[in-house]
Amino acid sequence: MYAFDYHRPASLRQANNLVAKNGDAKILAGGQTLLPTMKMRLASPSALIDLGALKELSGIEHKGRNLVIGAMTTHAEVAGSALVRELVPGLAGLAGGIGDPHVRHKGTIGGSVANNDPAADYPAGLLALGATIVTSKRKLAAADFFTGLFSTALDEGEIITRIIIPVGAKFAYAKFRNPASRYAMVGVAVAKRGAKVAVAVTGAGADGVFRWAEAEAALAKRFNAKALEGVANPAPKGLNGDIHASAEYRSHLIGVMTKRAVTAASGK
Amino acid sequence: MAGTGIGARVERKEDFRFITGKGNYTDDINRPGQAYAYFLRSPHAHAKIRKIDTKKASKMPGVVGILTGEDIEKDKIGGLICGWMIHSKDGSPMKAGAHPALAVGKVRYVGDHVAVVIAETLAEARDAAEAIVVDYEKLAPVIDLAGATKKGVPTIHDASPDNQVYDWHLGDKAATDAAFRKAKHVTKIDLVNNRLVPNAMEPRAAIGDYDTGEGAFTLYTTSQNPHVARLVLSAFIGIAPEHKLRVIAPDVGGGFGSKIFIYAEETVCIWAAKKVGRPVKWVAERTESFLSDAHGRDHLTHAEMAIDENGKITGVRVSTRANLGAYLSTFASSVPTYLYAPLLSGQYNVPAIYCEVEAVYTNTAPVDAYRGAGRPEATFVIERLVEVAARELGMDPAAFRKKNFIKSFPHQTPVIMCYDTGDYNASLAKAMENHDVKGFAKRRRDSAKAGKLRGLGYSAYIEACGIAPSAAVGSLGAGVGLWESAEVRVNPIGTVEVLTGSHSHGQGHETTFAQLVAGRLGIPIENVSIVHGDTDKVQMGMGTYGSRSGAVGMSAIVKALDKVEAKAKKVASFVLEASEADIDFKDGKFTVRGTDKSIDFPSVALQAYIAHKFTGQQLEPGLKEGAFYDPTNFTFPSGVHIAEVEIDPETGITTVAKWTAVDDFGVIINPMIVEGQVHGGIAQGIGQALLEGTVYDASGQLVTASYMDYTMPRADDLPSFHVDHTMTACPSNPLGIKGCGEAGAIAAPAALMNAITDALGHENIAMPATPQAVWKAARASFAKAAE
Repeated sequence: MYAFDYHRPASLRQANNLVAKNGDAKILAGGQTLLPTMKMRLASPSALIDLGALKELSGIEHKGRNLVIGAMTTHAEVAGSALVRELVPGLAGLAGGIGDPHVRHKGTIGGSVANNDPAADYPAGLLALGATIVTSKRKLAAADFFTGLFSTALDEGEIITRIIIPVGAKFAYAKFRNPASRYAMVGVAVAKRGAKVAVAVTGAGADGVFRWAEAEAALAKRFNAKALEGVANPAPKGLNGDIHASAEYRSHLIGVMTKRAVTAASGK
Repeated sequence: MAGTGIGARVERKEDFRFITGKGNYTDDINRPGQAYAYFLRSPHAHAKIRKIDTKKASKMPGVVGILTGEDIEKDKIGGLICGWMIHSKDGSPMKAGAHPALAVGKVRYVGDHVAVVIAETLAEARDAAEAIVVDYEKLAPVIDLAGATKKGVPTIHDASPDNQVYDWHLGDKAATDAAFRKAKHVTKIDLVNNRLVPNAMEPRAAIGDYDTGEGAFTLYTTSQNPHVARLVLSAFIGIAPEHKLRVIAPDVGGGFGSKIFIYAEETVCIWAAKKVGRPVKWVAERTESFLSDAHGRDHLTHAEMAIDENGKITGVRVSTRANLGAYLSTFASSVPTYLYAPLLSGQYNVPAIYCEVEAVYTNTAPVDAYRGAGRPEATFVIERLVEVAARELGMDPAAFRKKNFIKSFPHQTPVIMCYDTGDYNASLAKAMENHDVKGFAKRRRDSAKAGKLRGLGYSAYIEACGIAPSAAVGSLGAGVGLWESAEVRVNPIGTVEVLTGSHSHGQGHETTFAQLVAGRLGIPIENVSIVHGDTDKVQMGMGTYGSRSGAVGMSAIVKALDKVEAKAKKVASFVLEASEADIDFKDGKFTVRGTDKSIDFPSVALQAYIAHKFTGQQLEPGLKEGAFYDPTNFTFPSGVHIAEVEIDPETGITTVAKWTAVDDFGVIINPMIVEGQVHGGIAQGIGQALLEGTVYDASGQLVTASYMDYTMPRADDLPSFHVDHTMTACPSNPLGIKGCGEAGAIAAPAALMNAITDALGHENIAMPATPQAVWKAARASFAKAAE
């Protein structure tokens, strides 16, 4: 780790000011990816701006037809929240399967979303659920927010404040864990809202999280794992391959995990 | 069993300090004025060093010194050694390339040591290391084990132009070939024994300290054998003569073999301490552990088994290529030879065995002993062969084993070993019953109903432990004797310190050794302390590896206790005014036979020291005795493990559904500790078979250099183990101990792979059987079935 300045603002306004003043500062929102990267000396921000003291960024609320989750809410808080378990139980399950207990108690939903790791769980869940990402400047639909490998629509210095998730969908997330890291090697989130079905895949796409249109079309006709039987899996071209899983294997697993997510979402 | 003697489940005395954070590991030790070392390591697998420019780095803040291979050469500090000479088939000695502690002229693997920066803080040392400019001339690396000696591949060491270290063999080739000519059936398999990274919980660490007043060095280090470290650093590397070099291995958090060896880092720290005039501390980061701890296994093997018309094994023929990495580590040469081939008879009566081993250099981390060291590799060969042979013959694998088991002892195998005792049928029968093998068919049907594949696999392993008779290993090329020493110091109030050359780094010696002493002397276990890990306290010792601390280390304590008891009887005879021949010692009391006159052990101890009841001419005061114990044979722990797996063919995920172990460890000192050893060993074996794959890419970069890519077994990967025992006492040592530390790691991989191949109906699956590998094999199997 190289030396850096550490700031812990007490309000979002202070945070915004600090971000504006420190050009190559990084925002610390749990640090479960950032800190190991800094320890390996692969990142060397001049300053860290820790959002941990911002009460306004944490907490889980039921507002109208939405679940509103503060950006600094930890995975463990989402997994353990009675509200989330009641309104979007599949999301509680997703959060409870991230990393290990240490990661779940330090890592936050905002940090995960901002990092957009191609093997992270939240991007698939939020994309399928049609979530909205609220920042210090604006509101962004998940579909517009996740733009590629480790990249998002966030501008320099823009801070995620909360995530809005519409309730009422049938939703489940099925994850095939990387045996070593336990990130998603393939993770599939399926949401059915009325007649519309969204299938979002993480861990597999060469450009990060993506929607699987063919599966969505088949499932919109019949929301059942059997409906996927004739649907060809996403082509290996365009998928990741590494020492743990070839693109072919990932392609196959997308089919398997989608079926399992559908079955789980339909409560069977 | 009640009490605290041999056989009692005594809770570990050391655990309180470990689980409350009161352990004293090398990193817990800090010396006044200490500076910190950071090693600049090679980013290339194979390169010439044209120039190392330290000018800018040496002016960086906090830098105390920067040292390179040139400096260590100038000081005439020797290179690291390999302490076991192996000769090739043609009688020529192995080709050992030089192994400087800091690279001279060339680097040979990613992680090789190029320079050390010593600075006031670790961060300053790292910063300065980044400012060192090394001019490398990259050379083509040799990574692929199979192709390492092909014509035209680059030479790694001038001592071995074709990268071959030795081409060794064992056994009677002609007799074995004849057995194969006459065979009714021949089973052939090709096996990969995957390379493993040891991953002890505590990374390696060292502090070198030089006392200018005394002219003496002290090295604090993570060692399984501090005396061996002192011997090598003194006699071979030339740091200082032994009386001016103290090695302390305090609490050590796991070794698994990887802390037997004498590495570059501790050599550099102790040498540099005098050079820079400051104590020098180094603690490995996890990445450094991955890159530079000696790895384990890494064999390619073709094996064949000849079987006659009666289903009897008549011959075994094995050809192995072993990867020793870029340099020969301390005992590397012995692992794929004398710790491997002599176990290829397994538990079976095999009249003819021939094994040849070609060991090679590659541009990868050195490979040396790792839990089991050669014996897991041998067990994997023989137990996969037996299982596949039984399947090919259409015989039940258990029945085929039973038919070929050795049934009378002692049994001389054709490959050196003379098995002293055992009852292989007994452990097989008990394991089958404990496992409910009879119920397997139903469990398999139930799995099939759920779309899952179920398989069952056996591993009837044998190992050679209690390493080892000194004369025997000397005749096979070892540079040291493998006895053990002990000293029993009785204090005037009857408490006891036992100094042992064994070293505990997780084994629980402070408890088990104390159980022996407390039981023998009839004193409370709290009154016994076990002292180890300091060459200034314990005179000499050979350390802990090869499941030897019980069989060899405790035998030395028994010998010393025999002498203590004999002396104490003499003291008692003076105090009780009786003839020494009439004194009995039992339950901590000396009694004059046929009378009610008695005295307890602590009182005798006091009398020994006050020396009021005898004169100096009659008896020497005091009560302290030492002993060296040299074993007369290896010990032969054996047993049967049964693994049962359930595979999801859709995903390739293998679940270990059930595990049964029945081991014969001879006499057991503490069943709870033994169970812990077996659990840990099985976990490591399951890790090897299912999870742990070490991957170097074609350029020699270690792809699996962190836990993001290297899969360590976790609790949720493992089932609940059913562990049980049979017992035949070892006849060659006074306690009847065989050893238990490596058994699980030796037995488990074969059992698991036999279960997986049973489930898949497909033999060609290599370790680690990752979900991807199992999925592929399942698909191939289904395709074959559909044909």
